[in-house]
Amino acid sequence: MNLSKSFAVCAAAMASAFGYDAALAETKLEPSLIIDLRAASYSQDPEEYSLPGFQLGGEGGLSDEGLSLGHTEFSMSGIFADKIEGKFTAVIHHHMNEVEADMEELWFQTIGLGNGLTFKGGRFFSDIGYLNNKHPHMWDFADEPLVYRAMLGGQYNDDGLQASWIAPTETYWRIGVEAFKGAQYPFTSIGNHNLDTYTIFTKIGGDIDESQSWQLGLSYLQGDSLLRQSGHDHEHEDEHADEDHAGEEHEPAFSGDSEIIGLDFVYKWAPGGNPRNRSFVFQMEYFHQRENGRVDMLHEDVVEESTSYKGRQNGAYLQGVYKFHPHWKAGLRYDRLFSDNSGDADILEEAGLASDYDPYRASAMLAWLPNEYTTLRFQYNYDKSRPETDHQFLVQFVYSFGAHGAHQF
Amino acid sequence: MTRKILFLCLLVFALPVNASTINIFACEPEWAALAEEIGGQKISLFTATTAFQDPHHIEARPSLLAKARNSDLLFCTGADLEAGWLPILLRKSGNGRIQSGETGHLMAADHVDLLEARQKVDRSMGDVHARGNPHIHLDPRNIVPIADELTKRLMQIDPANESYYESRLSDFSKRWKKALVKWEKQSAAIRRMPIVVHHRSWVYLENWLALREVATLEPKPGVPPTSKHLANVVSTLKNEPARAVIRSPYQDTRASQWLEKQTGITAILLPYTVGGTEAAKDLFTLFDDTISRLQKAIN
Repeated sequence: MNLSKSFAVCAAAMASAFGYDAALAETKLEPSLIIDLRAASYSQDPEEYSLPGFQLGGEGGLSDEGLSLGHTEFSMSGIFADKIEGKFTAVIHHHMNEVEADMEELWFQTIGLGNGLTFKGGRFFSDIGYLNNKHPHMWDFADEPLVYRAMLGGQYNDDGLQASWIAPTETYWRIGVEAFKGAQYPFTSIGNHNLDTYTIFTKIGGDIDESQSWQLGLSYLQGDSLLRQSGHDHEHEDEHADEDHAGEEHEPAFSGDSEIIGLDFVYKWAPGGNPRNRSFVFQMEYFHQRENGRVDMLHEDVVEESTSYKGRQNGAYLQGVYKFHPHWKAGLRYDRLFSDNSGDADILEEAGLASDYDPYRASAMLAWLPNEYTTLRFQYNYDKSRPETDHQFLVQFVYSFGAHGAHQF
Repeated sequence: MTRKILFLCLLVFALPVNASTINIFACEPEWAALAEEIGGQKISLFTATTAFQDPHHIEARPSLLAKARNSDLLFCTGADLEAGWLPILLRKSGNGRIQSGETGHLMAADHVDLLEARQKVDRSMGDVHARGNPHIHLDPRNIVPIADELTKRLMQIDPANESYYESRLSDFSKRWKKALVKWEKQSAAIRRMPIVVHHRSWVYLENWLALREVATLEPKPGVPPTSKHLANVVSTLKNEPARAVIRSPYQDTRASQWLEKQTGITAILLPYTVGGTEAAKDLFTLFDDTISRLQKAIN
């Protein structure tokens, strides 16, 4: 177990840096494994998937057709000397019919520093939005909202630092700032990485009565990109493009600055405060993205055409999930995206950034939860990401081994 | 500019300091009731769950985080009863006073002997806790060492009121000892009474009153009753009849009422904790009401 060893070494280094030399004696690492299997069927070609008016990046896109490995995670977490928590997560998943492995998380976080303060560092999911910091196996639908796909490449995680503070108020109020390298979509791995990508977020929440609770969040994300292309491994994508299209394909690339403003709201109802028996959860998120810069059309890494570019994009989803029985959940979700991008019309058209179509999607899901560790989910999407209707059927099976399931809000 | 920022920081960090009372975060109503007995006017109390909530399955809601952030003393059962939500509150609260190992971290189960401790725990056994059964408060004899420990902690956190807590503890202990004698007398008739329980949340009460648990409605701890298992319970009861089917306020009524119809054995609700019935207003009336309800079932 090389990974867990190196994790323990990192932990020891952190612990001794903080003056807890005796820490390792008390350290207990807890492994956890999440198995995520899925099956998908589409009426349109998933390889041709696009969101007109938006660039698809990161892991944005459809899961493979047929049986595939979803977001299967192996993680190790531990608490060192009661003062520092650490977590490591490796992910294996299918993407474009290939199995890929990724280090998704490796972070350390202070515990009980006092005055409501917490610091975190490493690679982690940003706390912007509501779903962004939640692992996909905790989501109520098998796929991400379109707006996450369109603006955050699925989910935004990166290398950086976070400071957050819970105010000493009766109503929950948390504010935080993050600085990231900006090496992950919607930013680029090329260019400078001086922690110049930053976020600000705040969350407010409370109870209405013993059965009802809510949380409202606001977030802001800002950073630069240099030659940002679709797909999270563009060299690899280029090879494919070369083979398939004999070098005729032009790849759009965005350079400039991006900012995203987000609003999220969650309302939960659980009769008598027992969410295990019956509950209803309403959830919505809205993001507005502004991008200023230029779009270059690349052909074999050579710029052939360019236009100045102003991206103005909006996206939102709302969903309701009703747990009508301790073992059953059903839910509906509606997604919508709008764009109003400006630049040279022909180049934007070729780049897939023309704003003449607004993607939307309606989803229904039914999930069976025979116990705390197992979920079997059936989902149908009436997908109008593209003008052609795509009937998408998804089946997802999630099983978790290891650490006790946490009941996060 | 720097001075202004420093001033603002000071202002913000000065806010939570509320010198007049100790903020106590009680996970369950029984510990809130005990904290009130000892802390009296010197504490301000928040109870995270009601008698109608299953303490195993709570979400770490924003309201709970806000309270955990501001508390001086966390008073919970421990022994993994709150494993699904308390660790999240501790980690996210940014509050050093209530972390494990600190004076402000009081887990009642650490101060009594637990029944049903197991060498090995796996998922096939259902929702069981390796350290033992966590429903410790239903043996009133367990309250004594926990009250002592609570008083110690309060005296450490708030030394100015040492004598206040000490005198309240001695007053409480006197009344509690008297009540224990009374309850043991009252319960003579219900000793060795055979019962069916919904969840294994009554082992400490059974141990104290020598009740005999004939069957459980849940096939495994934490797993809701199934029709197959209930059929087995009915046949067990033919050979070994029970006098009452017991459930707590947060448990579903359907299984025990179905069994009452099938077998004629009275299904009864016991308060389980403070606030579980109208009569169970504090720790004393919790046991008064529990015994009187059991007596009624046997008559």
